[in-house]
Amino acid sequence: MAKIVVDVMLKPEILDPQGVAVSAALPRLGFTFAKSVRQGKRFEIEIDGEPTPAQLAEVEKAAEKLLANPVIETFTVRVEK
Amino acid sequence: MALDTVAIAQANPDTTQPFAELGLKGDEYARIKEILGRRPTSSELAMYSVMWSEHCSYKSSKVHLKQFGEKAVKTDALLVGIGENAGVVDVGQGYAVTFKIESHNHPSFIEPYQGAATGIGGIVRDILTMGARPIAVMDPLRFGPADAADTRRVLPGIIAGVGGYGNCLGLPNIGGEVVFDETYIGNPLVNALCVGVMKHSDIKLAKAAGAGNLVVLYGAKTGGDGIGGVSVLASETFDATGPAKRPAVQVGDPFVEKVLIECSLEIFSEDLVVGIQDLGGAGLSCATSELASGGSGGMKVELDRVPLRDATLSPEEILMSESQERMCAIVEPKNIDRFLEICKKWDVTVTVIGEVTDGERLEITWHGELIVDVPPRTVAHEGPVYNRPLAKPEYVDRVNAEKISVPRPETAAQIKETVLKLAATPNLADKSWVTSQYDRYVQGNTIQSQPDDSGMVRIDEKTNLGVAIATDANANWSYLNPYEGAKLALAEAARNIATAGAKPLAVTNCLNFGSPEDPGVMWQFAESVRGLADGCLEMGLPVTGGNVSFYNQTGAVAILPTPVIGVLGVIDDVRTRTPMSFDRAGLELYLLGDTADDLAGSEWAYMHGQRGGKAPIADLQREMRLIDLLVVGRTSQIFTAAHDLSQGGLSATLTEMVLRHNIGAVIDIENVGTTLISESPGRVVVAVTPEKAAALKNLANKQQITITKIGTTGGTSLIINGADISLTELRKAHTETFSKLFG
Amino acid sequence: MKVGVVTFPGTLDDRDAARAATHAGTTAVSLWHNDADLKGVDAVILPGGFSYGDYLRCGAISRFAPVMEKIIDAANGGMPLLGICNGFQVLCEAHLLPGALTRNHELHFLCRDQKLEITNNQTAWTSSYKVGQEIVIPLKNGEGSFQCDDATLAALEGEGRIVARYVGENPNGSRNKIAGITNERGNVVGLMPHPEHAIDPLTGPTADGLAFFTSVLNAMVK
Repeated sequence: MAKIVVDVMLKPEILDPQGVAVSAALPRLGFTFAKSVRQGKRFEIEIDGEPTPAQLAEVEKAAEKLLANPVIETFTVRVEK
Repeated sequence: MALDTVAIAQANPDTTQPFAELGLKGDEYARIKEILGRRPTSSELAMYSVMWSEHCSYKSSKVHLKQFGEKAVKTDALLVGIGENAGVVDVGQGYAVTFKIESHNHPSFIEPYQGAATGIGGIVRDILTMGARPIAVMDPLRFGPADAADTRRVLPGIIAGVGGYGNCLGLPNIGGEVVFDETYIGNPLVNALCVGVMKHSDIKLAKAAGAGNLVVLYGAKTGGDGIGGVSVLASETFDATGPAKRPAVQVGDPFVEKVLIECSLEIFSEDLVVGIQDLGGAGLSCATSELASGGSGGMKVELDRVPLRDATLSPEEILMSESQERMCAIVEPKNIDRFLEICKKWDVTVTVIGEVTDGERLEITWHGELIVDVPPRTVAHEGPVYNRPLAKPEYVDRVNAEKISVPRPETAAQIKETVLKLAATPNLADKSWVTSQYDRYVQGNTIQSQPDDSGMVRIDEKTNLGVAIATDANANWSYLNPYEGAKLALAEAARNIATAGAKPLAVTNCLNFGSPEDPGVMWQFAESVRGLADGCLEMGLPVTGGNVSFYNQTGAVAILPTPVIGVLGVIDDVRTRTPMSFDRAGLELYLLGDTADDLAGSEWAYMHGQRGGKAPIADLQREMRLIDLLVVGRTSQIFTAAHDLSQGGLSATLTEMVLRHNIGAVIDIENVGTTLISESPGRVVVAVTPEKAAALKNLANKQQITITKIGTTGGTSLIINGADISLTELRKAHTETFSKLFG
Repeated sequence: MKVGVVTFPGTLDDRDAARAATHAGTTAVSLWHNDADLKGVDAVILPGGFSYGDYLRCGAISRFAPVMEKIIDAANGGMPLLGICNGFQVLCEAHLLPGALTRNHELHFLCRDQKLEITNNQTAWTSSYKVGQEIVIPLKNGEGSFQCDDATLAALEGEGRIVARYVGENPNGSRNKIAGITNERGNVVGLMPHPEHAIDPLTGPTADGLAFFTSVLNAMVK
């Protein structure tokens, strides 16, 4: 049993108003460490056994087609131990 | 934990049970044992504890609420009265309209977004379960002071929740209230109203009839939402290594409810249900016991068939779960296939969980073991009835004797300052920050919405038949005189219907009070109910149903008594309605009604830290004459505009009228120091063309309503007795408040 | 002329779109998301709402509906296709139009009577307007900010494919105040505001929106 994680973020040039709102809220709560904040999505996909390269390629395709909108988002795929 | 079955309960009568933790009193626990002839199983204990809670059983309010039935006016218009999920009234042309208002106060304090969202979800399901298509929502909201930190915590979430859920359901928000007062800090009030429409033949009731008919659960799967205290029954929670504590907050999914609405309406249109109930407070416990109780009396349910989101839930938790977006229908076996087919089309989870029986017991099994065997009426309708002690609080006479001393606007400078201050104060300021988060257009039938006096929806596109709804409360008046306060709120809501020219038809109410264990609060409650019942009888308006929310208090301090009254009215042709404001110069402005020195409980007095004095005495005969005047005036097309006076008095009404279409007015009034700020009830400002002035005066005389000319429309300022307030400056004061406060 | 109006689970403004189509003199035909059948319609409207609850991304799931395959084919063949609000989002997800709609820059759902300028009247849905005409129709959404990369923006502007622009303050952060765009052929239009709610001053701010629905009567279908 393994977990494949797909992280999706807006492309850097796309306005991220939620990230902006979060970075404005942090200092109001006394947290001053952040220069900037961007918000994304994380998908956790459970599969049986260990992922094969073919399966990972499939996940990439699924991410490209459904999980992310390539017009405005980028994604990464990794296996979580 | 071992399953606690009926057999085990019979064999082990002395098992200690946590009835107190579940909110039951010793005598109530004893009564349950008496009813059953043995100790209850833990599932039965859970059911009784929730169904006999104040929220579900109305045990403290029943003795007072029965006045609505006893003092009810006889009317053919009431098709379904108190006792069902919502009341239903006949509005003509074969249409029936159902409406109701409910509270979701405490959950909104804990989780503002979800509390408000599920409040909307719940009231919409109540309307749907009557067989109607929901067509609009309204949200009367009350918060602590506008600049308080906790208001900033709860308000944005509550507004976002009301909008987020209502918009996604495709229901226009046609009005509401936003009121700020210290009394609500720690106890925000989130009341939600829904209105639905159907043909007379579509009305559905919550009864399980016909032995052999199937009990069908459909909608969302059941999870651990809103279980709260019931988790004390699952011994795992005493164990530090056990599963995480169950969430007490219900989380809603409006998409699931939208699909549920369409699926249900399709099922209703094919006449596939014998009875139906939505799952709200107390979830399955409530639905099964109420359906069984409303019908022939017997039902058998296999609880293990309930589809679960969380497989670790115990039977007690399943019975108590308040997972949203679920309905329970009674379906004849010959119709079940088609029922299932429709659910499949809409991708709605559906399961047959039981059947109606010949007997008089509600029997629930878990994997074949009997865990509940009760007479359903004792759970659902024959709960405890308390006659709580009442005592008029000492504050009443003392506060009523206080003299109001506020600055009176006499000079031009003072008049201008007063108008601007009232325009900018949070209770009277422009609420677009709130209402622009709500969709008012969806369904394409909204004729009036915020900031009009009432929400109005067209219900027939060919005949232009429409309904109008308004909600009102005045906690300041209810505090000073709860009996009159309730009557005055009723009159105000009815008047708000009438300014557009609709005729008031029926009433709903949401009674928000402190703890019923406080004799002073109980007195306020009893007086408010008595006032509302007397007022409804006098005005000929039936109370169709409503909601009571007790325990709105922090520590020993209760909120001001806040009975929210909703009035529904009918208009035969929405195209002829009287708009709230004027869109041109050259019209004559008249004040209808009498102005006395009514500063007690007013916004101006509140702004000057004065909460005492005597509330006005309601004159419902005069209010009814005014309502008739407004309705007749509309059908005769006398008015160009009409707007009611309430908080903020004449100043607020004129401010709202001139800013609506950006047309100024020149006003001259006598005794301006009082007339501008007094909040005497029973008054309306109307605009007429000079040609209609004579007809207006005739009508006013005929109705014995005082009529005073106050000015004319036109220009780029609001000029009152020479005080020149430019519309630009007035608009700035009126519209900046909310964005300054909430961003 | 028959105009199909698609209903996905969660679609809200389908009845309003159908009413507008009827008022305009066309015949509204209801199309179910799960049926790959256009029932011989001459044009299609994807209405507003929250299809699939806006799960994943607005319109991301609807674009894969069986009916969409037929719609995409027909649109590629020149059939007039109008996506309103959620419908616009579906068109972008389906790549019938470039760019994407993202969260309003001020994060709130915003419902207001919005002034627009019509900037292209050569499309199937705007031929009854004049270029430069200002109209007022309701805007009501939480995810209406039109975003695309610089190359796409240059192409849209350079080729005159902006159909409508917000006048006054930018209500949601859309690039270049873009309220609506069209494809190269001019048969597919995406529009964020709701013309179907402005067909009658009784129920809307104006009747300015009706011309979207009468324009299509002039459209020639290949």
